[in-house]
Amino acid sequence: MDFAPWSDRADRTDESAGAAGTDRPVTYVPATVTRSAKIVVAGGFGVGKTTLIGSVSEVRPLRMEEPITQASAGVDDLRGTPHKTTTTVAMDFGRIHMAGGRIALYLFGLPGQSRFQPLWEDLAEGALGCLVLADTRDLDASHDALGLLDGAGIPYAVAINTFPGSPSYPEAELREALALDPATPLTHCDARDRTSSLHALITLTEYLSEHRSAALLETRR
Amino acid sequence: MSGPRRDPDMVRPYVRTQGRIRAREDVRLESVVIAATGPTDTLGPDARRVMRLFAGADGGLAVADIAAALELPPSTVRILVSSLMDSGHLSSPVAAIDDQPDFDLLQEVLRGLRSMV
Repeated sequence: MDFAPWSDRADRTDESAGAAGTDRPVTYVPATVTRSAKIVVAGGFGVGKTTLIGSVSEVRPLRMEEPITQASAGVDDLRGTPHKTTTTVAMDFGRIHMAGGRIALYLFGLPGQSRFQPLWEDLAEGALGCLVLADTRDLDASHDALGLLDGAGIPYAVAINTFPGSPSYPEAELREALALDPATPLTHCDARDRTSSLHALITLTEYLSEHRSAALLETRR
Repeated sequence: MSGPRRDPDMVRPYVRTQGRIRAREDVRLESVVIAATGPTDTLGPDARRVMRLFAGADGGLAVADIAAALELPPSTVRILVSSLMDSGHLSSPVAAIDDQPDFDLLQEVLRGLRSMV
């Protein structure tokens, strides 16, 4: 099967629309797909999550919106009492087909702010791993995402999104600023560029593969 | 990204899902489902909207795709899809007989990504 990135496709406006008139258009998963996987792209606001997903996705990226209650830890539903506020968290996602069309790899952008932790537990469940995007102009914006991932035990790699004019630092300084484990991969990418973004995802996936082998060895001991 | 809620009269999730409050563990955002058969006239309005999406479709949709298409919260769609799988209206795609019985998902993803650059 041959899938081109959605942005290269001349027919990208010709998406299959849902049967009901009010539904937003969606591209169906090919009937060849029997397995799916998920990689989470995390990071602070404006760090390029949606850009990276759009660069590599083979279908037009879509957006989901989840209402969450704030300042109500331990409360498990949306009772809507007046002193609680509900915000809507937007999550963009895209899809890549691979293995001769047998696998659909979904890429979900998750907001990294720690106040969205309730969402993380649900949405990161079952993820292969996470790519954390960071911007050298505001490395602190990555801390919430890194903390959530460390807390949830989700393996991750960090990619510095190289914005034009953003300062560059030696790797050791970046690692220290981000408080990264020595084993955690740190790479650079241009989220606007498909190949560069794919390389960042490959770096993550290679690490996940090694990470899992190491975990297996540990269990056998 | 975060703002005040848009609809003060938002329908509570457990109303939309007709009382079901938990999703099946195997129904995640990326889980792909295909339409099976069965009458839909006993289903609730949101479940019927889900089933209408599949009308005439040659292929499946992941939970996330359904949430985006119907503009419903993904947490609600996970529960709706769980119910529709339990009732047999939706099912997981099944590998063709000549498919490899099982393969290493992570290795296949790695190989797939490498083949794209």
